[in-house]
Amino acid sequence: MGRYVARRLLQMIPVFIGTTLLIFLMVYALPGDPVRGLFGDKAGSPQVIAALRHQYGLDQPILVQYWHYMRDMILHADFGTQIASGRPVTDVLGDAFPVTLRLASLAFVIEVVVGIGLGIMAGMRAGRLTDNVVLLISLLLISVPVFVLGFILKVVFAFQLNWLPPNVNDSTNYNELLMPAIVLAAASLAYVTRLTRTSVAENLRADYIRTAIAKGLPKRRVVGVHLMRNSLIPVITYLGTDIGALMGGAVVTEGLFNIQGIGLTIYQSIVRREGTTLVGLVTILVLIYLVANLLVDLLYAVLDPRIRYA
Amino acid sequence: MTVIEEVSVPSPRDGDGGPLLEVRDLHVEFHTREGVVKAVNGVNYSVDAGETLAVLGESGSGKSVTAQAVMGILDMPPAKIPQGEILFRGQDMLKMSGEERRKIRGRRIAMIFQDALSSLNPVLSVGYQLGEMFRVHQGMSKKDAKAKAIELMDRVKIPAAAARVNDYPHQFSGGMRQRIMIAMALALEPDLIIADEPTTALDVTVQAQVMELLADLQREYNMGLILITHDLGVVADVADKIAVMYAGRIVERAPVHELYKRPAHPYTRGLLDSIPRLDQKGQELYAIKGLPPNLLRVPSGCAFNPRCPKAQDICRTDIPDLFPVTEPDGSELVGRASACHFWKETIHG
Repeated sequence: MGRYVARRLLQMIPVFIGTTLLIFLMVYALPGDPVRGLFGDKAGSPQVIAALRHQYGLDQPILVQYWHYMRDMILHADFGTQIASGRPVTDVLGDAFPVTLRLASLAFVIEVVVGIGLGIMAGMRAGRLTDNVVLLISLLLISVPVFVLGFILKVVFAFQLNWLPPNVNDSTNYNELLMPAIVLAAASLAYVTRLTRTSVAENLRADYIRTAIAKGLPKRRVVGVHLMRNSLIPVITYLGTDIGALMGGAVVTEGLFNIQGIGLTIYQSIVRREGTTLVGLVTILVLIYLVANLLVDLLYAVLDPRIRYA
Repeated sequence: MTVIEEVSVPSPRDGDGGPLLEVRDLHVEFHTREGVVKAVNGVNYSVDAGETLAVLGESGSGKSVTAQAVMGILDMPPAKIPQGEILFRGQDMLKMSGEERRKIRGRRIAMIFQDALSSLNPVLSVGYQLGEMFRVHQGMSKKDAKAKAIELMDRVKIPAAAARVNDYPHQFSGGMRQRIMIAMALALEPDLIIADEPTTALDVTVQAQVMELLADLQREYNMGLILITHDLGVVADVADKIAVMYAGRIVERAPVHELYKRPAHPYTRGLLDSIPRLDQKGQELYAIKGLPPNLLRVPSGCAFNPRCPKAQDICRTDIPDLFPVTEPDGSELVGRASACHFWKETIHG
């Protein structure tokens, strides 16, 4: 087990270098540059631009830039400076991260509770009306794009019914975060529902469920202990990888509801061609992804004793 | 001279003197998209305390479905019991509420399944699965239940029970897993155990050990045992009486040794003839021709008629009753019956 974790942690190093380098190169390949962006429509004097480019190290070859960036990040925990605001990227991250974390957590809770709940309901009644209705709803949630769903919810719940505020002004207010969290959770929720449903329906026919019934166990124990322990294994795998997707996939949702989180910051950084900010944000997301995946794999062994890591 | 009369003291286990379990005219059908499958068509059998009934038949003969109906673990729907009674100690279980039946399951009637690997929950330790019986049915604490689980594992002769109680099913060998199934069925000392092909998934040497263990425990606890099998070899040593099933009906009923000596139904005869024997080495092995019937389209008359070497016109039109079988002089053969129009010819010549 210890060796397995160590090996997985070591594997993170090449993934980490690969993703950061890739982002760096991709931003470099985009036309335009952040210093010119500072001047807007006006053309700045070539001397000033050159000076600024030198100050941010943008005049050096891309691999040298990358090397300096990684060196500062690893040795000094310095993620560079956001060119547009002149603030350290760590500050920008510090502002945006908790907002996204709150949004993603709320979405995750909705996804788990509603998704698994609906999945169990449908799976226990596979092939019957409840099952078909749930499958239809999940199909709808998967096929409707996020911005359409967000817009519909806004129109209905914010403007017509006046139940929820249309935008997020205070990101610590969970009431305001509820609607964006639902929008963010929608597609994943549908996948969780379908995955749970299939797993439950399949395990319900398993021999050990018949044994559990033959033992005279009450139904809630047959379902709650014997069925669930087996059915939720694939669902938990999906949920683990989805944590990362919820954190990073909020670009559209955060834009739609004006949430100053990581998604919006990423979008703005792309528009301004700010490689340093972008790499910092993506690095964090990559790390979250990797750690979440590792935790899921470890949890897997706890849930299913047939899996042993060596 | 003092005559010591043998007084039969009713054991505390049997209540009113009637059979422990009696299945009367049981019908089970499955409603599928292709139509109604009549899996069990009027089965009657009974088991007393301490007695072993072997139910013999091919797959699809309805032997397992009957057992599952007794156990109350049929999926309804698609299964349906349109007719029949299942009396346990004189009480019809089909008329009981779900909760009443649940309390009988596991506690009074327990079941052992064929494939212990898939029948045990893969993600729970065997100690947990054994202890669960005591925790649920007797409200025992987790700790006491575990001690009981170890005791049970000892009882079914699993070596180093205390060390293995926290192991998972996949960590045991096939024979040991089946012992755990037996231990689980035995946990609450039920009155009746239904063993559905308990040794089919095991290799031959282990089969004998497991059967022997089951028979010993049955004697020790004076339990009724219904042994469902398609293996005539398994039956001979342990069963008291045999019911042979074909296409959802009992076609022959007999005390075990009589059945082997003098089968009264062509199907039973066919089964016996298709056992390889050492004294017939080199000869072609007999096989019953044809295939078991499709239960959606059971042949009219006797369901066995298309495969029967003795079939006459009447066999294709009339379903034979389960006739009592007698000696040629008319004297009764206790416990024997055959559902063949020509049982006389079959048994006597």
